Amino acid sequence: MDQILAPWPWFVVGPLITLVMFIMLYFGRTFAISSSLRTVCAIGGAGKIAGFFKYDWRSQIWNLVFIGGTIIGGFIASNYLSDDSHIILSRSTIETLADWSISEPTKALVPTEIFSWDSLFTLNGIIFMILGGFLVGFGARYAGGCTSGHAISGLSNLQVPSLIAVVGFFIGGMITTYFLLPFILG
Amino acid sequence: MKFLKFLITGVFFGIVLTKGQVISWYRIQEMFLFDSFHMYGVIGSAVALGIIVIQLIKRRELKSINGEKINIPDKDNKIISSLIGGIIFGLGWSFTGACPGPIFILIGNGMYIFIVVLISALVGTFTYGILKSRLPH
Repeated sequence: MDQILAPWPWFVVGPLITLVMFIMLYFGRTFAISSSLRTVCAIGGAGKIAGFFKYDWRSQIWNLVFIGGTIIGGFIASNYLSDDSHIILSRSTIETLADWSISEPTKALVPTEIFSWDSLFTLNGIIFMILGGFLVGFGARYAGGCTSGHAISGLSNLQVPSLIAVVGFFIGGMITTYFLLPFILG
Repeated sequence: MKFLKFLITGVFFGIVLTKGQVISWYRIQEMFLFDSFHMYGVIGSAVALGIIVIQLIKRRELKSINGEKINIPDKDNKIISSLIGGIIFGLGWSFTGACPGPIFILIGNGMYIFIVVLISALVGTFTYGILKSRLPH
């Protein structure tokens, strides 16, 4: 039980993600989470404005049910399957974060200096949460998938566009981490 | 009832990503800083095993729960949009520390502020839908 309550190592987590991908394929579906965002837009009536959202969203409800499950899973894991262990970051990352005035992680999963209701309408809040979220949603659809659809499902299926997209994910992420974050936070 | 299996799979996935700390902003920074093997181990082992699983599905012609042959669709072969869209996604991924799955799972973890990130991601998706015909693909 202690091992379940402690953080799980990568060699457990990675194969379990593959298992989820396999289960979805076995159910006759695909493991592709960002598609659910398009479905929500379609349900909201976006099809009246853009043809991209004009499709039978009812056929995608299974993905929204899956998403609902992930939220419940997050709740269960944090409330019933966690001990008090902190995230143990590498020393080098902690030093970099200190340069950005971000303190070492405690039990929180994200730095509350940035991700809080109080900071929502500060410049940092707008950049990290509102702009950041926008770029994730826009980029995922432009690229035709996110980490689940391209990095896991696509690479597993040896798809060249997925490899290009994943290279793009890292180019973009490294631009933010190496150039934008030091500029904004440093 | 036909959706129950997706709900249960989602619950399992939410638990796995939470316990693997994949939903942590700190871990994502550590990944982009190349300071730890953790995230590379997670993604790398998932893909390595995934390649084997998908090859087995194709070669053994495994059937789905409905008794049909499992069909794994190819990704559209669009080079420019994969790259540009990927870069835009990556820029946002490092800011939020969360790709779409973790956005939902963080909300489940009680980080309700990520509802804002989710709404922004929906606006981003909607904006792409409007601009799609004018963007290079």
